[in-house]
Amino acid sequence: MKIGPLAVATLAAMAAALYAALLYAPTERVQGDVQRIFYIHVPMAWNAYLAFFVVFVCSVVYLWRRGLWWDSLARASAEVGLVFTTLVLITGSLWARPIWGTWWSWDARLTTSLILWFIYVGYLLLRGSVADERRAARYAAVVGIVGFVDVPIIHQSVVWWRALHPEPVVLAPGGPAMPPSMLLSLAVSIVAFTLLYVWLVRLRLQTELARTEIRELRRALAEATA
Amino acid sequence: MPAFLDVVGTLVWKDLLSESRTKDVLSTGVAFALLVLVMLNFAIDLGAENVEAVAPGVLWVSFIFAGTLGIGHAFAAERDRGTFEGLLLAPIDRGAIYLAKVATNVALMGIVELVSLPIFAVLYNVSPAWLQTLSAMALGTIGFSAVGTLVAAIAANTRARELMLPLLLFPLEVPVVIASVKATAAAMGAAEADSLPWLQLLVGFDVMLVAASFLVFEYVVEE
Repeated sequence: MKIGPLAVATLAAMAAALYAALLYAPTERVQGDVQRIFYIHVPMAWNAYLAFFVVFVCSVVYLWRRGLWWDSLARASAEVGLVFTTLVLITGSLWARPIWGTWWSWDARLTTSLILWFIYVGYLLLRGSVADERRAARYAAVVGIVGFVDVPIIHQSVVWWRALHPEPVVLAPGGPAMPPSMLLSLAVSIVAFTLLYVWLVRLRLQTELARTEIRELRRALAEATA
Repeated sequence: MPAFLDVVGTLVWKDLLSESRTKDVLSTGVAFALLVLVMLNFAIDLGAENVEAVAPGVLWVSFIFAGTLGIGHAFAAERDRGTFEGLLLAPIDRGAIYLAKVATNVALMGIVELVSLPIFAVLYNVSPAWLQTLSAMALGTIGFSAVGTLVAAIAANTRARELMLPLLLFPLEVPVVIASVKATAAAMGAAEADSLPWLQLLVGFDVMLVAASFLVFEYVVEE
């Protein structure tokens, strides 16, 4: 595999993010070092939402223009988004154990993330269980749209059900409720994880496109020899 | 517009007539809903002190399990008999097919629920406020069928379709389940009036879910 500039940039940004999260950012007074998980938890959560938004956009464009490229991009983004969501749930649990005293609570944000995870697990399993690729792409696009549209509804319904997750500290009304050094560390982390997201999606997309090409070449070969 | 509604009415009539001849969904639906009620009674060992907290959830689990079986059957039966292609070839709006399937499922699921509810009340020894409970059942069933019909149409064309259906459907139904259970719980508890906000919420969910599913349904059935 060729190491491109994107891979190098991702690696450098990741190193900077690790430095910022572990050494540069001050230790939180109440939570202690456990709070540092924030610098990977939040960027991954943002990127998971970004990933599923990309799935939504690609799904709409696919149904409209019918280019298989959009479908491959949706699939790649869903896979990376699912990995990020999984890690968000795990890192969140690791943080919650010492801070809340429990691995899990049925809070609005946690519950929404878990349901989101289930929706995109279903999305990827659906893709695997339809033989015809055009039909699989169409079905996946429908689930990619309905699933994403359902997310705010799910979130709101769970909010009314109950809420415990810490309120947003960065997008809080009246400006960020944290010192600039923490905010800077978070910003570096977000850049690093966004680069990681783009790099991973590109990698998956290339694999997917190569697979499509091989399939078409095989078909052409079978027709030529028949 | 009257023509559109005529088409929907005809399609619903067709499905109900076909159901009245086999009674597949109604008979298995009622039996299955009751079976779930009985199994859950063993699973949670219901006592007088926790009945109000647990009974609404038990009721909706049985409705949703039975509804999932019924809604999967609607498209699976059409596929197996090859009648769905005929339906798609008919010069009618695809939206009409969607609405007809939703309406048929609401009707069938509603009958299953109406039969199960009194038996549930006897078995679990609860006497809910009937008006609120029936409203929650009606609205919850509409929301369930709105997404359920869309997902069932997708799942009917997958490998292992009976496995794909609940996997895709249940996460999307979370808002409907929460609001239905909350409304029913309020109707079964002391505060009957508390079910009203949840019922209003259900109306909102129903409108959004029917509209979203209606818009994308044509992409599912284009062949």
